[in-house]
Amino acid sequence: MTLDWKLGGVALGVVFFLAVLLVKPIGVSTQFVILDGIIGDAVNAELVVKTDEGYTSSNAYLAKSNGKYAKAVANPLNYSFVFVIAMIVGGAVSGLARRKTMDERRVPAVWAANFGDSVAKRYVGVFIGGFIVIFGARLAGGCSSGHMMSGMMQTSLSGYIFTIGTFAAAFPTALILFRRS
Amino acid sequence: MTVFLAIIIGAAFGFVLDRSGVTNPNNIYKMLNLTNMHLAKTIMLAIGVGSVLMFAGQMTGLVDVGHMSVKTAYIGVFFGGLIMGFGWAFSGFCPGTSVVGAASGRKDALLFIAGGLLGAAAYMVSYASLEGTFLMNKIMGGKVTLGTIPGAKYDGITALQGDLVGIALGVVLIIVAFVLPSKLIGGDAPTNTVPAE
Repeated sequence: MTLDWKLGGVALGVVFFLAVLLVKPIGVSTQFVILDGIIGDAVNAELVVKTDEGYTSSNAYLAKSNGKYAKAVANPLNYSFVFVIAMIVGGAVSGLARRKTMDERRVPAVWAANFGDSVAKRYVGVFIGGFIVIFGARLAGGCSSGHMMSGMMQTSLSGYIFTIGTFAAAFPTALILFRRS
Repeated sequence: MTVFLAIIIGAAFGFVLDRSGVTNPNNIYKMLNLTNMHLAKTIMLAIGVGSVLMFAGQMTGLVDVGHMSVKTAYIGVFFGGLIMGFGWAFSGFCPGTSVVGAASGRKDALLFIAGGLLGAAAYMVSYASLEGTFLMNKIMGGKVTLGTIPGAKYDGITALQGDLVGIALGVVLIIVAFVLPSKLIGGDAPTNTVPAE
């Protein structure tokens, strides 16, 4: 069961507010990089190294901003990473209380109406979509949570620039690809 | 202590994201093809409510202004937004909703996450060659807000009182959320000739 938009909107807004009140604004997409870093560091221990001042990496992205990401990779029990793990718990609890058919778990109805109900096609599509979304979010330095929601909430210029860019691409894409609802 | 807060706020965020329907790609597709604006109303109301509470809290001293975290504005924010917008409209997921969607039982979200981890890795290896390009050029100073917020470590691009700007924009978003029609175009149903709702 989905909440009425008024209730859902207020509940989401309160969560974004509580995050700033208690710690800091919500963001998610960086943690894809941190998980990659943790996996990469497990395979090759040289990826992230401790220095006198903190942490650094042979990867320029992990090493940027004085090794901020390298530090998070070396210490996975940091606020932002644990936050995303906890999101999984919250989503699982919500999901348990709501039964879905197996078809709907794999292929959304709107996708099926436009691209057919092939599970393989949907899986390949979302895999490519996931690649594009996270690459774009990292180039932008944030995603719907960090830039759009937290950013616009704080009146950050970056949040508005991101949101304009996102919808400038998203509306035409959906209007062309998903003509049938 | 902050890890404890991460668990509480993160779990609440995951639960509410799923409950508000954002983790269902159908709702994303219907918002973006303008046939059901329910989710757009949810998002605008959420940003508006969050903004009003935060800035009112900062004005009254209840909220520590130091907790604000404003991201840098640079050319790549716009182009990255374009790229993400395309992938979002195509897949029906964004980073947060894929994680929560997978947790709530969506199998396709797992494939999105796998692709996302590969996309993150691709960005990590591309970063060294993107670093010096125009994409990283800051816009209007980078970490800036629309108004000037008292006590914040960020500059404003105008001299307007930043807390009041935040509250005013929050109220505007809440009003737009309420007046926005549920349907902007008819979609499949022959409702083009009758007013929405």
